[in-house]
This record gives sequence, structure tokens and C-alpha cells, in this order.
Amino acid sequence: MSAAVLRLSGVTREHGQGDVVVQALRGVDLAVLPGELVAVMGPSGSGKSTLLHLAGGLDRPTSGSVVVEGRDLATLTAAQVAAVRRRSVGYVFQDLNLLPSLTAVENVALPLELDGVRGGMARRAAREALDEVGVGALAGRFPDEMSGGQQQRVAIARALVGPRRLLLADEPTGALDSTTGEEVLRVLRARCEAGAAGVLVTHEARHAAWADRVVFLRDGVVVDQSGPAAAAESLLPAGGVG
Amino acid sequence: MDTAYAYFVSMSIRHGLLALLQRGPSHGYHLRAEFDAATGATWPLNVGQVYSTLDRLERDGLVVQDGEPDSDGRIAYRITDVGQAELRGWFASPVSAKSAPRDELAIKLALAVTTPGVDVLRVVQTQRTATMAGLQELTRLKTRVPDDGELAWSLVLDSLVFRAEAEIRWLDHCEARVARAAAERRSAAPEQPAPATAPLPSGKWGRR
Ligand SMILES: Nc1ncnc2c1ncn2[C@@H]1O[C@H](COP(=O)(O)OP(=O)(O)OP(=O)(O)O)[C@@H](O)[C@H]1O
Ligand SMILES: [Mg+2]
Repeated sequence: MSAAVLRLSGVTREHGQGDVVVQALRGVDLAVLPGELVAVMGPSGSGKSTLLHLAGGLDRPTSGSVVVEGRDLATLTAAQVAAVRRRSVGYVFQDLNLLPSLTAVENVALPLELDGVRGGMARRAAREALDEVGVGALAGRFPDEMSGGQQQRVAIARALVGPRRLLLADEPTGALDSTTGEEVLRVLRARCEAGAAGVLVTHEARHAAWADRVVFLRDGVVVDQSGPAAAAESLLPAGGVG
Repeated sequence: MDTAYAYFVSMSIRHGLLALLQRGPSHGYHLRAEFDAATGATWPLNVGQVYSTLDRLERDGLVVQDGEPDSDGRIAYRITDVGQAELRGWFASPVSAKSAPRDELAIKLALAVTTPGVDVLRVVQTQRTATMAGLQELTRLKTRVPDDGELAWSLVLDSLVFRAEAEIRWLDHCEARVARAAAERRSAAPEQPAPATAPLPSGKWGRR
């Protein structure tokens, strides 16, 4: 079998200290294989965004390890983690994070350009990504000239652009109506079928159902999951499989 | 009433009565009132149905008569170990999407919150996982329908998808309500008396 693109092992994340310590995640194990889309569901405050931040190298666990494409993020320098984020990870933030001074196509092209892709090529790739999520016609607009759902699709295009192996999406369908939301899920699904690994955080069961596996988080703990039996293998602790 | 529906109702009454007897021995007249109270009279029972169900439960060894008839001639029944095992199995298994009247799920949860020792959150999660697996299956069917093709078929699938989603949202809601009620109970009465009957063993959430 192929190696997991993302592997969290015994991951705990605590915020604060002493009496006010919040355990946002407690001993979470999760592996996502190439070609696999995993949805994470749970009530507000159950640790979904925390899990995604850790997977994307935006935060570090209090204990446990996060391995992306075989590299334990704890062993990398900040610059190396940043490089993994640019090259391997496509991230859709819960609050979008589009730069207001850049147009849609510039926002999407930015991660490629930061990674040294030439301007013309980066823009072509950005246009394709915008087309893929149905907002190609808005390439020249600034974020404040678009509706919430349109901005959301630009943020998704930015995560999809380039050969990203790990797609992390935090409520990517929040501002979308049901058919647009479904189109976005089809795009995510297709990317995973083409070989990427995806983690999708969502409150909507209908959207989570596009995943191969749905993981249920409660108070920072994985309490259950639904999906094919084959998923059981990827639950084994790191190093448990040959 | 067709026979499949009648069978379904009689099975649910059996489990409903077992759940009520898990609180302690009781007689038919009282059980009828308790059943209506626990299920919000969604399925009003008549006393005849209750007695015939108790007869069958006794025949199958799931309940036994508890002592002599009282001064009014009423017989109390008590749940047996076999009955407890049957009840555990019922709470541990999700309601199938194919079992016709979906009310069974509402009834099951209503009884779960009123039966001693049942891990309600576990019952909710078991159902949620099963419903989600069904929803994933429906979605896989949908992906095989091309975007522009077979509109009619994909709308039918959508109706099933939205129904399953509604069920999961309702389960989320139930879970939040149960958790809040438990928190309120904890803050109101920090010293909880021991339950009258032995608790039903629960799943992996039992440690809480
Ligand atoms: N920087 C922080 N400092 C202190 N506590 C934090 C911090 N970030 C998150 N938390 C806490 O950690 C827990 C998990 O937060 P998280 O953002 O992962 O939840 P979530 O599941 O994404 O919720 P939502 O559905 O509302 O987005 C919450 O109790 C939150 O208050
Ligand atoms: Mg969040």
C-alpha cells in the first residue's frame, strides 16, 4: 500500500497554562492516504480547526507527531515548514484570508509566485483553478467586489492551484448555496481521486458524505468514524504497518 | 394496516415495555401510562395490546411475574436477564433506513433518556454513524449520475440525501440537549444516588 500523505499520531494540543488549560485535541490518531478524502465533523469547539492547523503546519502539537509526506514537521526549521506549506499543502481557511489589495487571479497565483513560478505561468494556472470552481469570469475583481460565496470559491481555487498533495479545507462551503456547495465538493473529490489527500471540516452532513471516511470529534477526541472497512488500516498507529 | 407494519409496531412495543421494566417491576395498567408519557403519546397503546405483549414477553422468557397479584388482581412483571440482553441489543443497534415508519428512532431515543443506565450519547452516535454511512452510499450513487444526465433520478436521490441529513441534524440537536440536561443535573445535584437497577453496560463512551 502507499504511504499516508498526512499522519497524526497521538496528537494533543493544549492552550493556556495551569488552571485555565484547554485541551483542544487529546491523543488524536489520523492517517490520510493519497486518493482519500476524510471529513471531520463535530460541534463548535470540538477541535476541528485545531486539527487542520496542526496538519497544515500552522501550529505545533503539545505532544504527538504530525507527518506530512513522510516528514515529521517537528524536525523541520520554520523555513522548511513554510516550504512544505507552499508546495504540498492547499489550505482553505475558515475566514478565507484573501488579500484585499489583490484581484481574484492575483490572490490565487500568489502561492505559486512565492514558490518561484513565473508570473505568466502562475496566472494561467490561477485562471484554470478559478474556472474549475466556476468563478473564472471574476478573475479581475477584488475581494470586496465579490459576494461571500464568490470569495469562498476564490479561496478554494487558491488552495487547489498547483500540484498540491494535501488539501485542507475548513468549512469551505459555509457561504455557498446547496448546488454551488455541491459543485465545490465535486471538485475536491475529483482532486482526491486524481491522487491528492484531503481533509474537509464541515458542519453539514450532506457535504461530509462526499468523503470516503467521516471522523466524529467530540471535546478533542475522535469518538467514532463511518466509512469503508478498509479505513481501519489507516487507524493503526504509525509504524504499525509494514 | 399491512402485516409488515403490524410486525414492526409489535416489535417496538416489546422493546418499549422492556425499557420501562428496566426501571423496576410494574403492571400493565401502569406500563401503558408510562409508555404514553415516555413517547409523548406518539403511539397511544390500549391496555389489551400491553397485556398481550406482556404475555408474549413472558412466554419468551424476557419477563416474569413479580410476586402475587395485588388486591385489585393486577399482576406486576419484572425484566429477566434474557430480557435485559434483548434490550441492550436493541439500544446498541441503529434503526435501519429501510424499516418503514421512522418514528422508531424518535421512540427509541425517548425511551433511552428515560431508561436507567442507558448511555444515550452512545445510542445517538451509533445511529449517527449508521445514518452517515447510508448518506455516503447515496452520495456515491449520485457521483455516478453525470451532472447533466438523469435529472429525475438525481432529484430522487437528493430527496433521500436531505432526509438523511435532517436526521443527522436532529441527532446533533438531541445530543446537545442531552449534554446540557446532564450538565444542569450535575450542577443541581452533585451527590447522585446509586441507580435502582444495574446499569446496562455501554460502549466506549461509558468511561465518562
Ligand atoms: N489560541 C487559543 N487559545 C486558547 N484556546 C483556544 C485557542 N484556539 C482554540 N482554542 C480552544 O480550543 C478548542 C477547539 O477550538 P477549535 O477552533 O479547534 O474548534 P472548532 O471545532 O474548529 O470550532 P468551530 O466549529 O466553532 O470552528 C475551543 O475550546 C477553543 O476555545
Ligand atoms: Mg473551526
